[in-house]
This record gives sequence, structure tokens and C-alpha cells, in this order.
Amino acid sequence: MLTDLTLAEARDGLRARKFSAVELTDAYLAAIEAVNPKLNAYVLVTGDGARAQALAADAALARGDAGPLAGIPLAIKDLFCTEGVRTTAGSRILEPFIPPYESTVTANLLRDGAIFLGKANMDEFAMGSSNMTSAFGPVTSPWTRRGDNRALVPGGSSGGSAAAVSARIALGATATDTGGSIRQPASFCGITGIKPTYGRCSRWGVVAFASSLDQAGPVARNVEDAAILLGSMSGFDPKDSTSADLPVPDFAAACRRGVKGLRIGVPREYRSEGMPAEIEALWQQGLGWLREAGAEIVDVSLPHTKYGLATYYIVAPAEASSNLARYDGVRFGARTSGEDLASLYENTRAEGFGAEVKRRVMIGTYVLSAGYYDAYYLKAQKVRALILKDFTDVFRNVDALVTPTAPSAAFAQGEKMDDPITMYLNDIFTVPANMSGIPGLSVPAGLDAQGLPLGLQVLGRPFDEETVFAVGAALERAAGFTALPGIRAGA
Amino acid sequence: MSLDPATVRRIAKLARIRVDEAQVEALRTDLNSILGWIEQLNEVDVTGVEPLTGGTQMALRLREDVVNDGGIADAVLGNAPDRNGEYFAVPKVVE
Repeated sequence: MLTDLTLAEARDGLRARKFSAVELTDAYLAAIEAVNPKLNAYVLVTGDGARAQALAADAALARGDAGPLAGIPLAIKDLFCTEGVRTTAGSRILEPFIPPYESTVTANLLRDGAIFLGKANMDEFAMGSSNMTSAFGPVTSPWTRRGDNRALVPGGSSGGSAAAVSARIALGATATDTGGSIRQPASFCGITGIKPTYGRCSRWGVVAFASSLDQAGPVARNVEDAAILLGSMSGFDPKDSTSADLPVPDFAAACRRGVKGLRIGVPREYRSEGMPAEIEALWQQGLGWLREAGAEIVDVSLPHTKYGLATYYIVAPAEASSNLARYDGVRFGARTSGEDLASLYENTRAEGFGAEVKRRVMIGTYVLSAGYYDAYYLKAQKVRALILKDFTDVFRNVDALVTPTAPSAAFAQGEKMDDPITMYLNDIFTVPANMSGIPGLSVPAGLDAQGLPLGLQVLGRPFDEETVFAVGAALERAAGFTALPGIRAGA
Repeated sequence: MSLDPATVRRIAKLARIRVDEAQVEALRTDLNSILGWIEQLNEVDVTGVEPLTGGTQMALRLREDVVNDGGIADAVLGNAPDRNGEYFAVPKVVE
């Protein structure tokens, strides 16, 4: 089946004219029609637009001037503004919003010839780790536990992106990661995802959650595919003041480097109490694979790891409360009327935001309010500096770190919903990379006893995604992960 | 530090989110559990530590102080819930 090909294989097949971009796109649109009703991974399918883009890609391939992603069908997380195509951020408040502009990341993908199949579901404003907070309904994971057909979560917030790639109803997808929203769903869905260094991908046109943490990246079938996509998405953008003015390396080439002679750090603070034995075992297995491939394994310490999450839950809500102030029912988005302007604001936001978004906006409002700023926000920024220093110190001695991606495999829809903090703990291993801005990749490394995927995380130095890809690819080669979810195209 | 119902109402007001009286207690419980959990940062010694204010360690760029966009009122107003000519429309603010 065409939908079984990896991105690299599809690209080569298109160039060799073994099949056309229209055929590949039609195969994906048919798969979406068959599979998406079971998953709710897409909130909008743009079939007509995709076919028009596919015709253009075929014409470019025939002329010989096709871009590197010509004819490659992708899902776009509904956080990326797409010109003329509804962009909701998973929120009721943006339900009517049709951007008049294209985000830089998606514009880069279009420049390279990619085809957009539609917009992927997500946690509302990217706030969540389960995709349960979407205003457009939860996403169901394509995976189930052995002998148990309860619906599981795909992780979040990029749950639709990860589920679509895993179920083969997209060849790859854009995603974003503020506290783990690329890596945790990649781990839950048995695919690869990378949050690059802060500044690598432009944030322009990406609906803002927490601006000092938000970073776009791809989710893909394998490490090489993720590298190819990241190469297209990356690059300097004058419209984002934090965009890095650095050349974009050949990430795909870095996947073939190997790890011989690399020093891989194992942070002892990640060995958290209550970690499932099979995750600990898989972690040790991954380190063993790297040792066999010629890497040296080194114990390291990141002493402020345990404070990462609490710091995050000050910084991220504070920035979110500022960023989300723009949703006031006046300039764009939904409006709920009121008898005066203040009640128009209050009614619009009460109706338009879901419970988790309201909680975080209120936490953010409180920690920034007069009298509490120093105790919470300033304190958190100082702890954040210590978290960064931990990484700066260890990266003097090691080339990359390897940890589990998440403290568990996927859980069932409705689980971990009793109190907010239980859900927040999902991001315990991923948040430090956002706090410090460093790149992090999740690669599927094995299955747990119930048949669910588990990912390992590779962290690297700022702007050294190449080493991260080299280590990720080495883990991928050794793991030989070929398991597929029960719900997928053609199954 | 534990929030009382009046503080929850005040935060909601500052955040411009209407909170019905029936929701105050549940919100108070959630917010207190999050704030209580955040208190663990009190045990970190941050004496002499400079705050990290952003995601990047690079200096922010400056750009030329020139007009480089504009003249697109229809695109800007295209998503407005209510408009009046080239203006956003809201309920009457001044009597």
C-alpha cells in the first residue's frame, strides 16, 4: 500500500515516477475517510486543496524543478495558521477563525512542495498531555492494550498529529512542544518526534501558548523522516525576534553518523521513584545498545530536575495568561455578547475557553498579580536559570543525554483526570528541555507488557540536533521497532 | 498560601473570565492544589541567581524603524465578530 511507505521512500518513488503525487494523496484521503472517524485525529480535512497541491507537485516533478518535499502529504497541527483554512488551536474561541496569513513553518513546507491533508486535533491551546481538552472532542489512540479494547489517549498536546502519523493517515505532521507536546505523544503512539532547539523553527503564525517555551517540530514514522521534515521547517525568520540566524544543517545526513566515541550521559535524577520496572529496563537496554555501537555511557547529575515541573507551572501559565488576553471577542474569534464591554469580555472568555485553559490563565494571572510576582514568577525564572546551568555543566562532559520520554505508556481516556497535577506529571522528563531550550527527540524503543509503545528521549546541546539525530538513529537501528497499531490504514 | 473565595473571584475578574458563584469552590480547590504543589520551589536556594527571562540566550535583534506592513484593513478586519466600516465594533463604552 502507498500509505505504508516512509517519507523517504515516498519521496524517492515520486521522483522515480513509480506513482504520482495525486495517487499518493488520494491514497491518504481515502485512508483518512476510512480511519479518521475512529480516531478524530483531524478536525478539518482539506481534500480539494490537497488534490490541487498534488497536481502542482506532479507538474513540478515532470518539469524537474520539484522541491525536496514535493508530493509529500502531511497533517498540520491546528495551532499553525494556514491562510484561508480555519485554525482553531483546539478551542471554541477560535472556531470561526480563518487566518489571512500562513505561518512561517507551514510556508516553508509549502515552498518545498508538501501537500496539506488537513488540520490535526490537539489539546486546547496546546494545554494538555492527553488530547482530552480539545473543544472538538478527544483523539483516540490507534493503539490498544492486548486483550483490552478500551480507548486510550494518544498523548498531548499534539495528539492528532501523532495519532495520524501512527495510523498512517498522514506521512508526517507538524507539531509543537511547550512542555513535552511533541515527545510524549510520539512515545505513546510509537513514532518519532523532535522538539528542536528553541529558535530553530520560527514561531511566527503559530498560536502562542508560552512564548519562551513554545517550539515547533515534526512527528514522523522514523528518525530519518523527522530529520527531513525538520530540515524544511527550520530556518531564520526575521518575523520572529527569537528566531536563530544560523544555517540549517543536513539533519538527514546526521542520522547516518553513528555514535562511535560519543559520550552519553545518564542523569541519575531521572530514576524517579515509582518508575515502572519495564521502563527502567528499556532505558538500560537502550544504553546497552549505544555501548555496543561504540558510545561511552557516563553517569551525570542534573540536580534541579525535580523542580522542572513546578517551575514550568509558573512560567507557562504566566505567559499563557498574557498571550491569551488577546481573545476578547473584539478583533477575531468567537464573541458572546454582554450588556457592556467588560461583560462582553468576561462572557466571551467564559464561553470560549475550556476548564484547563481557564485554570491556567487564572494561575498565570495570580502569579503575575501585584504582590505575588517576586514570590512566584521571579523565583521561577531563577530556578529556570539553575535548570539551564545543570545542562550547561553536563554538556561540558557528555555529547547527549538519554532518558525515558514519559513515566508511563499511554493511559485510557478518562484516567488521570481526577486532579490537574496527576496529568501534569506526564511531562516530568520532557519539561526540562523546554525550560532550558535544548533539543529533545523521542524514538520508539520497545513495547510494554500490554503491547503499548515506549519511547526513549535523546537530549542534546543547543543547536546540536545533528548529534541528537545520530543517537536517535542508532537507538532506532538497534531497537528494530516494527510494531503497528491495530487501527491504521489498510488494517 | 491558600486562596479564599474572594481571591478566586478577584483573579477571575483580573483574568476577565466570568465565574459563576457555583464554580468558585471547585476552582478554589484546583488552584490551591496547583499553588500548594508549586510551593516546593521554596526549598531551592536562588541567592545571587540571575533570572532567566527567555527561551534563548541570544541577544534580541533590532530592526530598522520603518513601516514594513499595513494598508490591509480588510484582511485585519476580516475575522471581526462585528465591524463598522474600517473599525471594530463593541457595545457602547461611554454614556
